[in-house]
Amino acid sequence: MDLGLVAQYTMNGLMLGMMYALVAVGFTLFFGVLDVIKFSHGDVLTVGAFTALASFIGLQSIGLTSDAVELLAMLVAALGAMALLGAFIARAFILPLRSAPALNTLLITLMLGTVLREAVRLFYPDGANPKPFPRLLPADSINIGNFNLRLDNAILLTAGALVIVGLQFLLNRTKLGLAIRAVAQDEETAKTMGVNFNAIVLITFAIGSALAAFAGLMNGLYYNEINFGIGLYLGVVGFSAAIIGGLGSIYGAILGGFLFAGLQTIGAVALPFASAYKDVFAFAVVIALMAWRPTGLIPEKLSERV
Amino acid sequence: MVLVTAFLIILLRVENQKAIIALLALGIGAVIAANRLGLLKPVAHSFSEREDALGLLAIVATLAVGVVFHEDHFVLLLVCTVVLYTVATLGLSIQFGYAGVLNFAGASFFGIGAYTAAVLNQHTAVPHLLVLLIGGLMAALIGSLLLLPVLRTRGHYAAVVTIAFALLFKTFLEVNDVLGGPQGLQVRGMTILGWSFNDNIEIGGVELSFYLNYFVMSMMIMVLAFVVVRRLERSWIGLNLDALRLDETAAGCFGLNIVRWKITAFLLGNFLIGVAGTLHGMVVGFVQPNNYTFADSLVLVSILLLGGIGNPWGVAVATVIVVIVPEKLQVIQEYRFMLYAALVMMVLLFRPEGLLPRPVRRYFPGWRP
Repeated sequence: MDLGLVAQYTMNGLMLGMMYALVAVGFTLFFGVLDVIKFSHGDVLTVGAFTALASFIGLQSIGLTSDAVELLAMLVAALGAMALLGAFIARAFILPLRSAPALNTLLITLMLGTVLREAVRLFYPDGANPKPFPRLLPADSINIGNFNLRLDNAILLTAGALVIVGLQFLLNRTKLGLAIRAVAQDEETAKTMGVNFNAIVLITFAIGSALAAFAGLMNGLYYNEINFGIGLYLGVVGFSAAIIGGLGSIYGAILGGFLFAGLQTIGAVALPFASAYKDVFAFAVVIALMAWRPTGLIPEKLSERV
Repeated sequence: MVLVTAFLIILLRVENQKAIIALLALGIGAVIAANRLGLLKPVAHSFSEREDALGLLAIVATLAVGVVFHEDHFVLLLVCTVVLYTVATLGLSIQFGYAGVLNFAGASFFGIGAYTAAVLNQHTAVPHLLVLLIGGLMAALIGSLLLLPVLRTRGHYAAVVTIAFALLFKTFLEVNDVLGGPQGLQVRGMTILGWSFNDNIEIGGVELSFYLNYFVMSMMIMVLAFVVVRRLERSWIGLNLDALRLDETAAGCFGLNIVRWKITAFLLGNFLIGVAGTLHGMVVGFVQPNNYTFADSLVLVSILLLGGIGNPWGVAVATVIVVIVPEKLQVIQEYRFMLYAALVMMVLLFRPEGLLPRPVRRYFPGWRP
């Protein structure tokens, strides 16, 4: 195979992987602080993408046309709104169910996701059909052989990488990060040390949801189209990625995201049958991986009380 | 019981939207009022005392519904769907409620049954009663591919296995041309000993809907499934499964074979779901991937949760609510999934046990804790 094509596929895989990783990191964050899975994460992403689109249309209607300003406004609107939504979800649905069985939390967030998704479908004007997403990044491209590097893709990829590095910095170098890690490690002790538990939980959910909104925006800018179902798909993929990486480990989530994207790319390119089977292949490998490593590739430390 | 049946019949007969809303409000009001007046407790008590009688009454009531609507195709189809969904959720209830094995791919196994019916009825001459059995076995067989990951994973990790399977299954159906792709397949109706189920029956000049055949058939299956599940729950197997769900490690320590019981519960549940799906495929006469999505699996789970996990009666009641109400209230057709989801959230927040929680196991008739 031609080297240029390989580079092209790698680039596509990296783009997908970055989006999956961003979603998966959210799952890991929530699981870290509260030991719960927030299944509505993917649909928060949808709502975030639609918020961005709505704010774009709003800006257009008041006559703003500068790409950079619009992009910035969309980013701020989507991230801010989703951070609030995430904190609200944690406050209203997840904290009250802390003592309930894990199945209940799983179900309530699954159902909440359905409510969000259906709300977008039914109440956003003409929400059931795919919506065009504005092209706001410069679309110049560099051709090297068969490899076509588009500038907007490169920008998105860099932005995604920066966000993940920023999150790392936040978690490992700041006081807030220390508090988050403390709560994740041991809630009781963290409380004794004077960490405001509820506030930290809410902040973590806000950060995770803002990450989802960022992924949604990235998805919109990459495909130039969004629909109400992207969240369900990206959510499930992100969840699978977080799980195959191993819950509770940020690196696991990132690894899982890129792994899943890699599987899809391989499924589309290298398998003998039609590329339509790429998802079937990827999910089959996920199931097989779960059978092989039941707690993910980078397992969290579990102890069985026997 | 008679009141409830009459209520159901009226509800099914009425077409006017406003009247339906009024009726539903009346029903909800009546239940709340009865609860306030303390009427529900003695009724529930006498039901649990004489469960066989309750079962007979329920069968009679359903048959009465069938007789009243003997020529109304749509209503009978609806009732068939309710009955078969109940069977499927009974299967899920074995998995979730007794053994604690998560399965978020209920609709997929339902679909496997329906697709089996489509393929077998079209290309082979397998007797159609056998097809039912084969449909169930197929669901169990394909489910057994998931056994290893299901057995090895727990909690959230287990959920991802079945969710991935549900997505895999739907994508597979959509891209697979042999199985009709997104358009789906026609399913031939059921024929037993040359008696075609798809012909209308005529007895003494009274025209009966052909759905009545399916209705009787699904009732028989439901009664069978109900008896099996109830017996299972009461037997030592049910005890083992309960122990397994409550604390796997402890159950293992006391010498229960965890693997064996998990496999039993998972496969038996899938078998029931598959049988229900097979018959449903034949009733509807048509299968397509869009009927068996992850969202539909969630609807099945929400029925289970609404009814009260592990209580077969609760499941039956919840199926009636979840299937019939949106069909009758065309206003909410569009908002169906959203309302289910909101309903389940309310139940989880305010009544986490479901509408009819599973009663405590009883060893001595008449003994009150």
